[in-house]
Amino acid sequence: MSSDSGVAVTPEVGDPFARVVPPPDPDRRPGGSYGSPEMIQILTPEGEFIEHPQYGRFLEDLTDDDLRGFYRDQVLIRRLDTEATALQRQGQLGLWASMLGQEAAQVGCGRAMRPQDYAFPGYREHGVAWCRGVDPLELVALFRGTNKGGWDPAEHNFHLFTIVIGNQVLLATGYAMGILLDGDVGTDDPERDTAVMAFFGDGATAQGDVNESFVFAAVHNAPIVFFCQNNQWAISEPNWRQTAIPLYKRASGFGFPGVQVDGNDVLATYAVTRAMLERARSGEGPAFIEAFTYRMGAHTTSDDPTKYRVSAEVEVWKHRDPIARLKVYLSRSGKADSAFFADVEAEADALAEKLRRETHAMPDPTPESMFDHAYSEPHAQVDRDRAEFRAYQEAFADVEGEQA
Amino acid sequence: MTKLTIAKAINAGLRRAMERDPKVVLCGEDIGTLGGVFRVTEHLQKDFGEDRVRDTPLAESGIMGTAIGLALRGYRPVVEIQFDGFVYPAFDQIVSQLAKLHHRSQGRVKLPVVVRIPMGGGIGAVEHHSESNEAYFAHTAGLKVVFCSNPEDAYWMVQQAIESDDPVILYEPKRRYHEKGEVDLDAQSAPRDLFGAHVLREGTDVTLACYGPMVKTCLDAATAAEDEGHSLEVIDLRSISPLDIDTLTASVAKTGRMVVVHEAATFLGVGAEVAAQVTERCFYQLEAPVLRVGGYNVPYPASKVEEDYLPDLDRVLAGVDRSLAY
Repeated sequence: MSSDSGVAVTPEVGDPFARVVPPPDPDRRPGGSYGSPEMIQILTPEGEFIEHPQYGRFLEDLTDDDLRGFYRDQVLIRRLDTEATALQRQGQLGLWASMLGQEAAQVGCGRAMRPQDYAFPGYREHGVAWCRGVDPLELVALFRGTNKGGWDPAEHNFHLFTIVIGNQVLLATGYAMGILLDGDVGTDDPERDTAVMAFFGDGATAQGDVNESFVFAAVHNAPIVFFCQNNQWAISEPNWRQTAIPLYKRASGFGFPGVQVDGNDVLATYAVTRAMLERARSGEGPAFIEAFTYRMGAHTTSDDPTKYRVSAEVEVWKHRDPIARLKVYLSRSGKADSAFFADVEAEADALAEKLRRETHAMPDPTPESMFDHAYSEPHAQVDRDRAEFRAYQEAFADVEGEQA
Repeated sequence: MTKLTIAKAINAGLRRAMERDPKVVLCGEDIGTLGGVFRVTEHLQKDFGEDRVRDTPLAESGIMGTAIGLALRGYRPVVEIQFDGFVYPAFDQIVSQLAKLHHRSQGRVKLPVVVRIPMGGGIGAVEHHSESNEAYFAHTAGLKVVFCSNPEDAYWMVQQAIESDDPVILYEPKRRYHEKGEVDLDAQSAPRDLFGAHVLREGTDVTLACYGPMVKTCLDAATAAEDEGHSLEVIDLRSISPLDIDTLTASVAKTGRMVVVHEAATFLGVGAEVAAQVTERCFYQLEAPVLRVGGYNVPYPASKVEEDYLPDLDRVLAGVDRSLAY
């Protein structure tokens, strides 16, 4: 219901036909508001630390080393991300999906996970991959077209990247149901109790798979944390094309808590994720975290965001940068000095140089390897196709042999 | 030997697999208390509990995706899709994840998931309950697609599919669910390979290649043809991915003629693939082109006319006559 001036008003109590929220306003653009009034924020964009009555306790055992680690993680993955974008521009990668701007969201939740927890990423979770110990070269190999995911998911408890939007969220939910079957929740054994992190973006929240995941997780009370990085844009489609209500508010309709956290605040993200993971591990069921952040770069290197968003919006978000605010906080509080920051910069440059060097040296797979692993057991058609391919290749070898 | 229906044979096979391996779990709509709309899972929840025989929300993509997740956690899920026409919401999960994860992970991730689908028509059902959609899945590398046609195969194939480390789509001919046959429940090992074709009846004039509900139709046709003096060989393909082409070519080498029979539309169907492969291998032994008898290229019709859509004994024999006329 709207007034004549077009300003939305609260529906009258008892009106069964009233919209819960006003219809989307086409003039609404991401960047104007900075989350809801309920958004959890502990470190402001200015680097000011604000005690949080509910989530503050999840930061209590963090050491200064941990805090410096959060900073180091973010700087390194930003540098790796920038390098990968450059490698794509230089023709070394077919594509790169940049995570620029989302470092705090990913480091905050990645560091809140325990080794036995399991992560199901989309395709932009380079920071989570870093926290799970996946070699950045493996991420690059995927976007280079060398393979489709070269790391061992079981080694890192980090599933392969999933390109189809939302598919992985159901896999994560099923995995969490398996944890329940195994009895690995609520035992009070910190080495045993396990939870799952399902990663997806704001665009994915429209997918059936994601909503079905909410239903399955809720009715089973599965130990899963749905971690939505709301970076405001699903390629060219802004939030209001995906949802009529703030995303975190959807959770209550499915029967579990939803929290909006400042995704550019690594401390708040860490605290909220840790709280929800502990809740899940103890057997209290799923939770939804909306990490309110911003995709500073293009959707991928194939995208041109100037077609659909204004630079002023990006400028606004530059002032909300996740790394800058942590640097201010660490400096002002005396937890890190200039030598530390210089060391991290040097480490980042060395890491990027290593990534560049190793990418250039990365061998292509053999063509015949495409036939490997289509199945785990023999399949007559694959065997026939492989034989045909081999015979075709060998025919060239004969010709070359004759010419030589 | 015990006389069992196909439905009871699958039930017995599931029970045996669940007894043997505690990681086997069943997931589907109405499979618990009700025992499934075809009662294939009857009593299993009572005996194995709600954790292992899982009534799911009514969301096929959700069933499929969570089954994959369970497999990633070390379980061996058996998914029941209630009817053939209801598999499409799960199509994305089956094609994009189930079929591809082993390849994507370079063999590190195995997905021993079985998808059971009651298939085919002839039961007078409303729309979406009578489809033959096997070609979609057989066309997808990474999946194995098999059909049972009789109680003995039903009993063993469901167990073999569960034991396979690859995802297997197991089609069950729903109109034959209540047909009976002998099953040796004391046997310790399967009588034949899951992916091998089975020559059910030997003959010399024409080979009938069929699977699922059409096997009985073709066996009946062979009996009828005998009265007319034609000797038909009947081969139950059993697996359409992989395809046991060697058994087919060996038969055609003998008969020189082949008619492929299935309920699915012939256009771009399994029969087209069989015809192409047999022709490539047996060009000089064929006395006639490989012919197809199947559904027409229209949406499955209203049930009052489905008998005219589905191949029956007469249409199979007409196909045989066309082959012999060359």
